[in-house]
Amino acid sequence: MNVNIVLSLVAVVVLGALAFLGGSAPALQGVFGILIPYIAFVMFLGGFIWRIMKWAKSPVPFRIPTTCGQQKSLSWIKHDKIENPTTGIGVVIRMALEILTFRSLFRNTKAKIIGDRISYELELWLWLFALVFHYSFLAVLVRHMRFFLEPVPVCITFLEAVDGFFQIGLPIVLMSGVLLFAAVAFLFLRRIATPTLRYASLAADYFPLFLIMTIAGTGMYMRYFLRVDVVAVKELTMGLATLHPSIPANIDPFLFVHLFLVCVLFVYFPFSKLMHAGGIFFSPTRNMANNSRIKRHINPWNPDLPFVTYEKYENAFREKMIEAGIPVEKES
Amino acid sequence: MDIKPEEMIKIHNPIPKKSWMDTPPDLSEGKFCYPAKAKTMEYLGIPNARDWSPADEDWKLPENWQQIIHEGFKDRLDKYRSLKVFMDICVRCGACADKCHFFIGSGDPKNMPFLRAELLRSIYRNDFTALGKLLGKIGGARKITPTVIKEWFSYFYQCTECRRCSVFCPYGIDTAEVTMMGRELLSLLGININWISDPVANCSKTGNHLGIQPQNFKEIVEFFCEDIEEISGIKINPSFNRKGAEILFVTPSGDAFADPGTYTFMGYLMLFEHIGLDYTLSTYASEGGNFGLFTSSDQMKKLNAKMYHEAERLGVKYILGGECGHMWRVVNQYMGTMNGPANFLEVPKNPITGTVFENSASTKMVHIAEFTADLIKHNKLKLDPSRNDHLNVTWHDSCNPARAMGILDEPRYVLKSVCNNFHEMPVNTIREQTFCCGSGAGLNTEEIMEQRLRGGLPRANAVKYVHEKYGVNSLACMCAIDRAALPPLMDYWVPGVDVTGLHELVGNALVMDGEKERTLNLRLEDLPGAEGDSDER
Repeated sequence: MNVNIVLSLVAVVVLGALAFLGGSAPALQGVFGILIPYIAFVMFLGGFIWRIMKWAKSPVPFRIPTTCGQQKSLSWIKHDKIENPTTGIGVVIRMALEILTFRSLFRNTKAKIIGDRISYELELWLWLFALVFHYSFLAVLVRHMRFFLEPVPVCITFLEAVDGFFQIGLPIVLMSGVLLFAAVAFLFLRRIATPTLRYASLAADYFPLFLIMTIAGTGMYMRYFLRVDVVAVKELTMGLATLHPSIPANIDPFLFVHLFLVCVLFVYFPFSKLMHAGGIFFSPTRNMANNSRIKRHINPWNPDLPFVTYEKYENAFREKMIEAGIPVEKES
Repeated sequence: MDIKPEEMIKIHNPIPKKSWMDTPPDLSEGKFCYPAKAKTMEYLGIPNARDWSPADEDWKLPENWQQIIHEGFKDRLDKYRSLKVFMDICVRCGACADKCHFFIGSGDPKNMPFLRAELLRSIYRNDFTALGKLLGKIGGARKITPTVIKEWFSYFYQCTECRRCSVFCPYGIDTAEVTMMGRELLSLLGININWISDPVANCSKTGNHLGIQPQNFKEIVEFFCEDIEEISGIKINPSFNRKGAEILFVTPSGDAFADPGTYTFMGYLMLFEHIGLDYTLSTYASEGGNFGLFTSSDQMKKLNAKMYHEAERLGVKYILGGECGHMWRVVNQYMGTMNGPANFLEVPKNPITGTVFENSASTKMVHIAEFTADLIKHNKLKLDPSRNDHLNVTWHDSCNPARAMGILDEPRYVLKSVCNNFHEMPVNTIREQTFCCGSGAGLNTEEIMEQRLRGGLPRANAVKYVHEKYGVNSLACMCAIDRAALPPLMDYWVPGVDVTGLHELVGNALVMDGEKERTLNLRLEDLPGAEGDSDER
């Protein structure tokens, strides 16, 4: 068994067990229900900003967009303004497509060698499940705002209504949670089922998958099976949100597992690959216009370097140049 | 090549049982590029000049090599946001894996772009991140060892900086950036390859990669003119280093040196003569290509500086650039930044059509395909595409013009104007998804022929497809490295397909004022249908 998988799984199980034990001991509920969530929230915000600042500190010396379409050139040649933008608006649209629709993943192909031929088939499962994963995660996150806002805004109620559109079961099954779990499961299975991908995967690839899987799992377990006391939960979360934290009675220890793992995710986020969420905005191959021939891009550390000047060149070859009838600056 | 094509395409590379961190690179003979010679390194001021071989156990690294790498890495993280971001945000989704021609052709997992980048990332985590320091191997970090250096050398010279992976990466992570940084770090330890360093040194000394001295450069061009006279009856007298010319023309020296690039050079000369262009060639700035790009940004800047320097000295209005791949990455993405502003030049204007090239308003350098497309669109050229009727052509988009510029439709327009038979390769292998020739970024060297043939397999296979389906027998391109690398690639994988430059086809189709009836093409072969045609084609 792959050590990276085992260790990641063990880490999540241990963290979950820790929270369960802590949540079961009234003396520690304050730590898991109040102290740690506050610390996690501060570390997430602080860490996120710290990482962004760290990136921003390094300059972008060269304009290096990856051009994925026809450049702007002659007036009668159709310029691909989005895949090869020359203006800020083009870049914004390109970035929006990348961030909102995962444009580049939508190109994904699978190369296969059959006999003497290589074929490239469109392979959109990764794109689809990545999209499902991120959007259902977003829906779940937004839905959870109902625990931190009173009265609950109409938009959240509406989102829930859409989320429970199929009206299956009671309480009504919200699709986002199920889809989130399914998408994470797919991403995990894909990772272990592809030998090359498994070979190159790190613990840092499995840990967040197990973490999110467990968060989604405990959430659904509490909603559909345990049917925890939602009023008590909201009392806790509103206390946190209004900075008057308290631990209500009747909180199920499972809630502490769920909450603690969310805290772990928050703390882990800025220091891990999950920062691709912020990093995509900083990717020079995507966020730059291909206009360096139109407008000079400035490199703040552009070094002054000695090169072989024409004078030095002529000094080395003057006689040969004169003999060959090539004009020179100095005749001797 | 000992291995037959039908064997080589059976990619068999079982995944090692051990972690990739514990799998050393294969540096047996034939698996590595020869290192730079001590005297070349000394001339270029590269540290730790010595004679050594990658096959040696001891690479004679400087005493404080770990410190050099650590500080060099830190320096580059502070200078390049791209490096910092790309080190941090990869999620290893693997979308890039089978987009790399070297991975497709070799099956070696370390040729998957994201794993290639991990070779560097693992050291980054160890040296610069808290989590990496804390967790070590479990955190994806490892300490640098001589074996890691060898691994870097092996795999950063199995990447042609073609950027195809970055098209597919959801965050645009560009392995070319990673490879460039990796190569720069290696260079700090005196680890360079001969096939890159020699051209860089030559280019500094003589003005071009091939070390052609001024008088020889002139002789070569005059020799082309003799051939042109034989073919067309027209005598051309191009000027060299002429002050006051309107345009300086710069092309890769490969075009002056080796077939079939030479025919492309003849095509340029015929075109310029025909339209009466006021231009000059320079023996000093006689290199459009820039092998500095494959070494370090400093070397790139130094070689590139000569173009503006010469343009200013000669007092030309702007620069026209020939067919070359990486040259155009440098011109489009680096030149203005590194060596501009070129305020002594004017915004390029086609003197024949009056078209102003607004897209090069700052850098003031126009691509010959843009220039020629404009001429054809304005009906300034009389063309007889039937002279290329014996050719059934497909178009190879070179990596850099495609993915670092986006010059896709201009050459196609020119191509379709000068030949009647044109077929595109499959859609996943052209335009921004084009495949590398397998020999770019300084890897066009004989000793790694198997690697080159494997890397070129996806490109060759797409050519084979149109060769079998449409009878394509000519692979056109606008890159000097392509013109050198594709012929052996075609001979191996798709015999019967020739390689040609765009302006060779232009030169053939061009009906020049006052020319005699042509019976020969630029290769001095009989034209189809002309007298003496042996009908064997």
